[in-house]
Amino acid sequence: MIEQEVVIKNRAGIHARPAALLVQTAGRFGSQIYLEKDGERVNGKSIMGIITLGATYNSPIRIIAEGADEKEAVSAIVRLFESKFEEE
Amino acid sequence: MKKITVLELLQLDLKENDALNLTCIAGRRGLARELKVPEINRPGLELSGFYDNFAFQRIQIFGRGETAYLEKLSKEGKQDTLETLFSCEIPCCVFTHGQSPTGTFTELAERSGCAVLQTDLASSEFTTRVIRVLSNIFAPKQSVHGVLVEVFGIGVLIVGDSGVGKSEAALALIERNHRLVADDLVEIRRVSGNILMGTGTGVSSHHMEIRGLGIINITHLFGVGAIRDKKQIQVVVKLEEWDANKTYDRIGAEENFTEILGVQVPYLLMPVKPGRNIPIIIETAAMNERLKKMGYYSAKEFSKNVMKWLETESARAIFLNEK
Repeated sequence: MIEQEVVIKNRAGIHARPAALLVQTAGRFGSQIYLEKDGERVNGKSIMGIITLGATYNSPIRIIAEGADEKEAVSAIVRLFESKFEEE
Repeated sequence: MKKITVLELLQLDLKENDALNLTCIAGRRGLARELKVPEINRPGLELSGFYDNFAFQRIQIFGRGETAYLEKLSKEGKQDTLETLFSCEIPCCVFTHGQSPTGTFTELAERSGCAVLQTDLASSEFTTRVIRVLSNIFAPKQSVHGVLVEVFGIGVLIVGDSGVGKSEAALALIERNHRLVADDLVEIRRVSGNILMGTGTGVSSHHMEIRGLGIINITHLFGVGAIRDKKQIQVVVKLEEWDANKTYDRIGAEENFTEILGVQVPYLLMPVKPGRNIPIIIETAAMNERLKKMGYYSAKEFSKNVMKWLETESARAIFLNEK
């Protein structure tokens, strides 16, 4: 299992479109993927789960992955956060 | 270019407010003449002797006025304008209000081989009907391989590769009290500018081919409530085998369209795999489409609400940090 913390850098936060991008990316991997904010953990492959996190600008998110391709999964998701979900 | 003969016009199977009530009263030879444009002409000017820009290729309609004028001409013994009229290759003459032409007119029509038709409809009513009927015939047309069903009043065209389950999905929809318009081959016409009207093709419509069952007659099995002759195509649903490498729409906030005969139609790409109940999804898609027509777009509204909520959360966080 690996974990990594990121901070949301796009102003709008994780709304519907970024959430869809997240589940799309997460769905490509076999590993179990979770996102955690303020101790609340949701499945990284569930779009509704991610939206209900209420992840706003500057809030820290912990990405957790467990499985055969956990490394690639986490780095792919971190890249998404760093690219500000192709917004801005 | 599309064309129909006068005989075909007489033989069209038209119902209710499309009926033209035409009978041929003279010039049977002329029934073989062809109509090439969906337009009509009232030959008032021509009868009075003015033949510039005469739209001779159109159906010539003789209403009360024209017929009365013919009678006046006949009394005065003038027939040269009539001879000019019949020297043009006019497709046919129609007398409205159940009126009959004068003897000379009939004679000249017979001689030149031009059909004289009669209808009991009034001129204006006949004009609107004949233009509507001809426009439908001359409308741009395309045949599509798919199934057209009416679901909650929405015309849903189901397309997809052979064997993906189009007919099976349609059958389940019919079983759930929706209606079949056409199976396998759907003929689409663009009418009144941007309306796509779908119908079946002759003998095969309202029959379906189900693998393992063969050909079934929907009208006999499910009753006339389960069928419809024509329906406007309002959504296109494409079924395809679930492709793990493909990303399917998860939000639906962006509307996709496909083009049929130059008209944009909402388009849904629907992955099929065991456990996905396609008929129920199509049913829901149709209802969602109705909701959109009423001005409520579920996915966009949801997205907007999430944005609003995130904004307030964000504002709260900034406020708390400043304290």
